[in-house]
Amino acid sequence: MVTVFFVVATICYCVGAVGYLIYLFRDWEPIHRAALGALIGGALAQTVAIISQSYHVGHLAVANSHEALAFFAWILVITYLFVQLCINLRILGSFVSPLAVVFMLTASLLPAKTIPTTTVFQSIWMVLHVVTLFLANALFALAFSAGIMYLLQERHIKRKNFSFLYPRLPSLERLDSINYFCLITGFPLMTIGLVAGFAYAGTVWRSPWNWDPKEIFALITWFIYAILLHERLAVGWRGRRAAWLAIFGFSAILITFLGVNLFFEGHHTVFVR
Amino acid sequence: MGHIVLLGMNHKTAPVEIREQLAVACASQANPLQLFPYLRHVQELFFLSTCNRVEILFTCLSLDEATQEIKALLRTHLGTPQISAAELEAGLYVHRDEQAVRHLFRVSASLDSMVVGEPQILGQIKAAYREAITYRTVRVILNRLLHKAFSVAKRVRSDTMIGCYAVSISYAAVELARKIFGELEGKKVLVIGAGEMAELAAEHFLAQGVRHMAVANRTLERAMALSQRFKAKTVPFDHILDELKDVDIVLTSTGSPMPVLTFQDVKSRMRRRRNKPLFFIDIAVPRDIEQRVNEIDNVYLYDIDDLQGVVELNRTERRKEAERAEHIVWEEALKFQEWLRTLDVVPTIIALREKAETIRRNEMRKTLAQLPGLADRERQAIEVLTESIVGKLLHDPIMFLKKKATRDSKQIFVDHTQQLFNLTDGNRPHSSALTEVLANVKKDNENSQQK
Repeated sequence: MVTVFFVVATICYCVGAVGYLIYLFRDWEPIHRAALGALIGGALAQTVAIISQSYHVGHLAVANSHEALAFFAWILVITYLFVQLCINLRILGSFVSPLAVVFMLTASLLPAKTIPTTTVFQSIWMVLHVVTLFLANALFALAFSAGIMYLLQERHIKRKNFSFLYPRLPSLERLDSINYFCLITGFPLMTIGLVAGFAYAGTVWRSPWNWDPKEIFALITWFIYAILLHERLAVGWRGRRAAWLAIFGFSAILITFLGVNLFFEGHHTVFVR
Repeated sequence: MGHIVLLGMNHKTAPVEIREQLAVACASQANPLQLFPYLRHVQELFFLSTCNRVEILFTCLSLDEATQEIKALLRTHLGTPQISAAELEAGLYVHRDEQAVRHLFRVSASLDSMVVGEPQILGQIKAAYREAITYRTVRVILNRLLHKAFSVAKRVRSDTMIGCYAVSISYAAVELARKIFGELEGKKVLVIGAGEMAELAAEHFLAQGVRHMAVANRTLERAMALSQRFKAKTVPFDHILDELKDVDIVLTSTGSPMPVLTFQDVKSRMRRRRNKPLFFIDIAVPRDIEQRVNEIDNVYLYDIDDLQGVVELNRTERRKEAERAEHIVWEEALKFQEWLRTLDVVPTIIALREKAETIRRNEMRKTLAQLPGLADRERQAIEVLTESIVGKLLHDPIMFLKKKATRDSKQIFVDHTQQLFNLTDGNRPHSSALTEVLANVKKDNENSQQK
C-alpha cells in the first residue's frame, strides 16, 4: 500500500516537473495549473505514504537512505508550495520541481529495507533534528534554485544577450530577496537541527562530538552558511556572490546528506543503512 | 440590407502635405458630426481624426450616394482649397462590410499604427466614440461595432505580447531597470546632463513611480529648469561622485568628450553602497561612462548602442506578435459578421412577440370583464398563466429563427414566419419594429457601459 502511494507521488512529481519545464518556455496558464495540481496531488499521496509507513514502523519514517531522500523530496515540494503561495513566483517551480524528481527517483533506486524499531529512533530530539534540518535543507534548495535563476538572468543583463529565458525570469532584486529570505529562515532552523543532533548524540553515545564524518561535514556546511549570512548582513554581499554561495552551500548539503550516507562509514550510518 | 463602410486615409496612403492639413483640421474645433443631420443617405456615423489618420465609419442603404455625401463632408472638414479633389481622392481608401470591420479592428488594436502596438490609438478611438455619443450619430450597429473594437483591442493586448516590447530607447531603458530592480517605486535616479533624450527617459521613470530624482548639469540654469519640471533636487556637477553612494539608476547624456565616470570612480564606491545594484544608462555620444564599469559586480551599464540593440530585437518580436494579433482580428471580424446577420431576423421576432402580446391582452381584458368578482391574487394568477402559455408557445419558433439567422437561407424562414403568423410590418428596416430594436439595443449598450 505504501509503495502504491509512493509510486503515485513519484509519477505526479514527474508530471509536475515536465509541466513546469514546458511552462518555463511557454507562458501558458493551463499548463501551470496542471503542473501545480500534479505537485499538490503528489504531495498529498506522499503524505499518506509517509504517515502510514511511520505508523507501521512506529517512528518517523526516515530510517534509511530511501526514506530519507523521499522525505526530503516531500518537504521540498511542501516548502515550494508554501513559498509559491506567499510570493507567487511560478517560474521557481520550473527549477525546484525537477530537483524534487531527482530526489524521488534516487530514492526509488535505493533499497527500502526497514530497520527494526528501537528506542534509539523514538527520541523527541531525533524528530526535532530531522524535521528542522530537512526544512532548512529545503529552504536552501530553494535558495539554490533562485541562485541559478539569478546567475542566468544576470548573465542575460550583463552580456546584453536577451535570449529565450530573459522575459520569463523575474527581476534580479526579487531573486536576491528570495535568496536572502531562505538564508535568514533556513540558517536558524539548521542551527536548531544541528544542536538537536548533538544533544541527541550526547544521549545515545554519551558524547555530543565524535569526529564522525557526518558531523564534520555538517559543521563545514553550517560554516558556509554562517559566512554567507555574516557577509550579507555585515558587508552587504548580494547578487552574484550570494547566488554562487547559495549554490556552493547546497552542494555541501548534498555531500553531507548523501555522500556521507553512501560512501563513508560512521556511527550515523546506523540510521541510514 | 444596409452596408457598413469605412472611408479614410492614413500615414501609408496620404502624403505628408495632406496629413499636415489633417493636423490643422485636428486642431480646429468644428466637429464634422455636427453636419450629420444634413446627410440624407447616411444612417449612422463615426468620425476619428488623429494626426496620422482620418477614419470615417458609416452605415447606409445606398452605397454610392452615401459615399459621395461623406466625401463632400470630408472636403468641408478639411476646408482646404490647397488640396484638389483628385489629390484627396488618391489618398483615400474605402472598405466595405467585412473589410471595414476588419480595418476598424486593426486600427483599434494598433496594428495599423505607425509604431505598431502603441497604445494611444485606443484612447483616441474611445474619445471619438464619446463625441459620436453626444451627437447621437451612432446607433445599434456602430455602437455594437465600436464596443467590439474596444474588446478586440483588449483581447489583442492580453493574448499577445504586442505591447510588451519596448520600441523606444527610453522605454527600453525603463524595462531593463525593471528587470534589475523589480518595482521602481522608491528608487533614486540621478540625471547627469540635461539633454532631450535624458529628459524623455526621466519622464518614463517618473511614470513608473520613481519619486527621488536628482539633476546634475554643468550649466545650472538648465539643471534648474529640469529639476523644477520633475520636482527633483539639483546636484553640483563636481559632487556627482558623492551621489553615487545612494542612487540606484544613473542617466547620463552630457556633451563631455571625456568620460564623466571611470571604472575606479564606481568600483571604489560599491562597498559604501553595500553592493546595492547600480544601473547606468549612458545615452551620450561620445560615451560618458567607461565601458569597463559593466564588469563590476552588481553594476550594469547600457550605452546607446546596447539600447538600440534591445529596441531592434523588440521590433522583430513585435512583428511576430502582430501576426498573432491579425489572426484575432480576423476571428472577431467573422464573429461580428455573424451577429450582423442575426440582426435581420430580430424585427420578425419582435413583431411575433408583439402580435402575441396584443392578442393576450385583448383576450385577458374580455375575460376579466366577464369575471368581476375576482380577487387581485386570482387576477394575477391568470395573468401569469397567460403570459407563460404565450411565452412557451413562442419559444420554439423564436429559437428556430435565431438559429437560422446565420444561414444564407434565412430569408425563406423569415418570409414563412411572417406569412404563417400574418405579420405585416415584419422585416422592413426603419419600421416601427426596428426603432424598437434600436431602443432596446441602445438600452443594453448603455447598461453595459455603466458597468
